[in-house]
Amino acid sequence: MEFSSRARLKHARLAGDRREQYPHSLQFYLEPPMESISLVEFESFAVDRLKLLKVIENLGVSHVRGTDVYKSKLESELRKLKFPYRALAEDDYEARRKDHISHFILRLAYCQSEDLRRWFLQQEMDLFRYRFNELTESLMQKFLEHANLSFEAVSMARERDAAGEPGGGGGSPPVGLADAVDLFRARKVFIKDGFAYVPFKEIDVIVLNNYRTKLSKALALTARSLPSIQSDERLQPLLNHLSHSYVGPDYSIQKNTGKISLEQIDALSVKSFPLCMRQLHRALRDSHHLRHGGRMQYGLFLKGIGLTLEQALEFWKKEFIRGKVDADKFDKGYAYSIRHSYGKEGRRTDYTPYSCMKIIMSNPPSQGDYHGCPFRHSDPELLKQKLQSYKIPPSGITQVLELVKGVHYQLACQKFFELTHDVDDIGFSLNHPNQYFTESQKLLNGGRELKKEFNNSGNFQQKNNSQESTNSSSTPTSSNAKADTELEGLEAYFTED
Amino acid sequence: MAPFEPAALPELLPVFYRRLFPHGPYGRWLSYGGVKNYFQLREFSFTLRDDVYLRFQSFSSPQELERELQKINPYKIDIGAVYSHRPNQHNTVHLGAFQPQEKELVFDIDMTDYDDVRSCCSSADICSKCWTLMTIAVRIIDRALVEDLGVRHRLWVYSGRRGVHCWVCDDAVRKWSPALRAAAVEYLSLVKGGADTVKKVNLSHPVHPFIRHSVNVVEKYFEEYALRGQDILGSPEKWDKVLALIPEEHREALQAEFPRRKDSVQRWELLRARLERTRGRPAAQGPCYADWEVMLQFCFPRLDINVSKGLNHLLKSPFSVHPKTGRVSVPLDLQRLDQFDPFAVPTITSLCQELDTANSDGEQEDGGATEPKRRTRDYKKTSLAPYVRVFEQFVEGMESARRGERIRRSDLQGDF
Repeated sequence: MEFSSRARLKHARLAGDRREQYPHSLQFYLEPPMESISLVEFESFAVDRLKLLKVIENLGVSHVRGTDVYKSKLESELRKLKFPYRALAEDDYEARRKDHISHFILRLAYCQSEDLRRWFLQQEMDLFRYRFNELTESLMQKFLEHANLSFEAVSMARERDAAGEPGGGGGSPPVGLADAVDLFRARKVFIKDGFAYVPFKEIDVIVLNNYRTKLSKALALTARSLPSIQSDERLQPLLNHLSHSYVGPDYSIQKNTGKISLEQIDALSVKSFPLCMRQLHRALRDSHHLRHGGRMQYGLFLKGIGLTLEQALEFWKKEFIRGKVDADKFDKGYAYSIRHSYGKEGRRTDYTPYSCMKIIMSNPPSQGDYHGCPFRHSDPELLKQKLQSYKIPPSGITQVLELVKGVHYQLACQKFFELTHDVDDIGFSLNHPNQYFTESQKLLNGGRELKKEFNNSGNFQQKNNSQESTNSSSTPTSSNAKADTELEGLEAYFTED
Repeated sequence: MAPFEPAALPELLPVFYRRLFPHGPYGRWLSYGGVKNYFQLREFSFTLRDDVYLRFQSFSSPQELERELQKINPYKIDIGAVYSHRPNQHNTVHLGAFQPQEKELVFDIDMTDYDDVRSCCSSADICSKCWTLMTIAVRIIDRALVEDLGVRHRLWVYSGRRGVHCWVCDDAVRKWSPALRAAAVEYLSLVKGGADTVKKVNLSHPVHPFIRHSVNVVEKYFEEYALRGQDILGSPEKWDKVLALIPEEHREALQAEFPRRKDSVQRWELLRARLERTRGRPAAQGPCYADWEVMLQFCFPRLDINVSKGLNHLLKSPFSVHPKTGRVSVPLDLQRLDQFDPFAVPTITSLCQELDTANSDGEQEDGGATEPKRRTRDYKKTSLAPYVRVFEQFVEGMESARRGERIRRSDLQGDF
């Protein structure tokens, strides 16, 4: 970050009074932070903000923005993550500082592609909108003045038509037509001399447009200066992780190891496997073989549901032998790679089962493959037939296909869960196949009650960043954003993908 | 005066472009004070005989344009956008880099869009009765442009056959995005729906000032145009169409009463009074604006959003000749809008005839004058003169505003 002389002066002036640096609970993020921070703080701020934005994404899909439910959940999340959560007029310095710094760090991570920028912009806009609407009118005035959004109160009220006209009472600030396009086009506000007079209650639209424009430009600029940042070895791995991370349980630490027997798998595949794994299992049984992509995806899933290494070796061997592979060949080739994925060979990294995002985003299946996400990778017609063969009612199928069309693959899978388990509300936000399994088992075995509170552990809605953007077209569904599994240790923050 | 014959165009156009077309003010207009290559980056398109169409024409100067016009003698001239590169070199620019940058905001109001509400004519025909619709349209749109949108420099032009165009030339407006242009059209639109829609205007309470102002304009013309001219309540057939636009609760009473009145004027008064009484109703029942809705459906301007929205849209140039009618696309004098008669607009034939007459009179006087001078004064000898005057006033208006702006700016900077 460069120091211009103007910024240096400003910095010197502000150094004495930290409260002055962040006079409001929200900001336009026009000036990057100038202080030095430790790598630890860098990392933790970034991760916290990422969690926040993922919560916002999730809430935006599951609830209508601006409703009480939405607001209270968002507020509790902000508190938990120690971001500014209320339009306090008093000193909230630490939270505001964190807000400031973390925003700019995430800019670095999310400026790199069109899809990432779009995602980041959408969540930041939702966050801004929430905070702006929490301001009282007087705080709003102060904020707008401070932000220098040339709003001058004009007393055109006397020259205007009688009250009862749409468009605000006296003192509505004039706004350029380009900044109030939607209000202008729909004749929702008073227009005179090339200005729209926007009443305070609609001012958020204007301010948001302003914010979006500024942030959009800033992201484009940041992308251009990225090469120099990427050369910093300390930052590069972190930034990469941030834009690809799955923030939730990784199912690498199996609590249920050994609790599943091989004989149960067929039955389980029908009852509790997500469609992707059910499909892989079926293919394995039918052809006695799976290609590498399928072996990885399914094999790690099985590990995640509790299969021990010994069980896994037995399982795969038994099946492959029925095909074209003889025992020797299996032991020499396939067995090694199974042990490898259990961390018993080579790098001895304990590979973690793939999350939905990973499955949807990477390694699309080709002819002869059965891995991937059926909602993403299957032809809708074939998907429909498959659902019909599973006796899903037509109305349910339509709902699933609608979600697929809207690029909401995980929501489609959630709907599938609801239809196959005969529940109205899945009760959690799906983003990992093993989560599907665990939840399904819980439901079927009358397991412990689902935790009602939405805590900041895993289960954020994982929208794939490199898909066509779902965010601008996502409509609120009725599925609940409740989470119930706990975050297992800080190591889970950055799963090896 | 001999009538216009399209076959005569090849003979008449050279005379037109040499002696009648106002190259001077035209070039000054499109130069916009000589700002940043504006003229050179402007697209023109020419239509030649047999519908041969030349796009992406551009010129280094108004003088070059004049020479080319006199060489090519196009049947029609269209004006397009100001582009990122010279349009006549667009093939040398790699795809994607050649983009329209700026253009006037334009409107095209066409009489055919009113066919469902005029009984005197249809499609390309117009008459003095339905021309009032254009007058109303100009008044409503112009008021909104000036008072609501803060526009100062706009040129209204007769299209040459059945409508009018408007060119909004303010500096800021020329930079408007397609989205903003579309928004402006929507702001100015009240008549929605095609052949399948019976009721095309629906107003809700509270009524926006734009609508109120527009109704005020329509009211001034409604009796003469709609009640007398179009006689929209003149027969049961006709008044049923109008009653179809009114809420059911009022129809029966009006249907019963209408035959007892002698003409549209009286019947309208009945209808209007009845609906006006509902305005005082409490909010729950809601005031009814059906009478306004009828007036607007019959008279409010209908704009084509596609013409206005895109930066790269081409529109017929002022002072272009209409190949079918021979009439010149002349500017409208807003001060004398109500007196404008589209049938009195000069045709290229009549103008050339006037020139012949004028020449035989004036040749002796101007014996010593140089050729170009004689030519530039030629249109002044014809009935084109008043229209060119309007155009010159328009161009001068912009030039004086630019001078004023320069002075203001240099004052601010403290230049001397």
